[in-house]
Amino acid sequence: MAGENDIVTEVPSVAESVTEGATTEHLVEGGAYPAEEGGLVFHPLDQFIVRPLFGDGPISWYTPTNVTLWLAIAVLCVAALFIFATRNRSTIPSRSQSIAELLYGFTHKMVEDVAGKEGLRYFPYIMTLFVFILFANFLGLIPMSFSTTSHIAVTAVLGFGVFFGVTILGFILNGPAFLKLFWMSEAPLFLRPIIAVIEVISYFVRPVSHSVRLAGNITAGHAVIKVFAGFAAIAVLSPVSVVAIALIYGLEVLVAGIQAYVFAILTCVYLKDALHPAH
Amino acid sequence: MEGDIATLGAGLAGIGTGLAALGVGNVAGNYLAGALRNPSAAASQTATLFIGLAFAEALGIFSFLIALLLMFT
Repeated sequence: MAGENDIVTEVPSVAESVTEGATTEHLVEGGAYPAEEGGLVFHPLDQFIVRPLFGDGPISWYTPTNVTLWLAIAVLCVAALFIFATRNRSTIPSRSQSIAELLYGFTHKMVEDVAGKEGLRYFPYIMTLFVFILFANFLGLIPMSFSTTSHIAVTAVLGFGVFFGVTILGFILNGPAFLKLFWMSEAPLFLRPIIAVIEVISYFVRPVSHSVRLAGNITAGHAVIKVFAGFAAIAVLSPVSVVAIALIYGLEVLVAGIQAYVFAILTCVYLKDALHPAH
Repeated sequence: MEGDIATLGAGLAGIGTGLAALGVGNVAGNYLAGALRNPSAAASQTATLFIGLAFAEALGIFSFLIALLLMFT
């Protein structure tokens, strides 16, 4: 049930199963294009349709959907990696232990470099975000799987969590002095109110850009793969499109890692603002 | 060919993603130029590179989002 329906004959049944209760950002009708041109016979964004795991009923907040399934798989993979990799620890690490140690050391160094020594108190949160997004991105790259991080609903929860967490933390640690973040003390006095307005706007755009960046990158990448898969139906273009899919897939593996890294490093940057608001 | 004025707007929003590509290329190119001049300092600046890339790219992703909104709402 969690897979995508690429076959032409199955597409109308998909269109029926998409009910009005679907709560995705990408509300695609799922309708098939006329196949007489031999080109695109499915919509590239069909892969992001949220479907219930059991039956075709309407989707409420408690309905188990393919998003729920793949989010759970991501959590299970992270838990399995870190539980089983560190069960029999040895000085000479096994393969899984070295993967876990590499991830830990990488994130630890990133937090220390960007957010400073004080930022290491919040290292577990950033590590959780980074590893979860990394696994969700990579699991989404498995053929016929569902890329959960392509949904703004998923990334916005993470992004707004960081935003509210950092803002509340900034006020707890600094009190009203946190508002110095918006008041550039180096700028000429008459420019400071203007800069303050711009700073406030950019501060409130942060969670939007933070979450839309991740979702947009993953959505765009997967849609591009699907567009080239549509070209594979044309006989002349099919060798080109198969090679292109392979190359873009390689690029997407890179993007999946980089976007998880970018999400984590921006969290560190925002955290540094909360710890040291004065410019 | 079919579509309405919103489809045209989505196509125009695509120009924004192309312009963001200019910005991303500018960041990466300048980083490479600096890294070739002083390779020993390059490794310490990769975090800055990725932050710069992320900020440049975010604006392009915004226009991609506008295109999606125009086509599917």
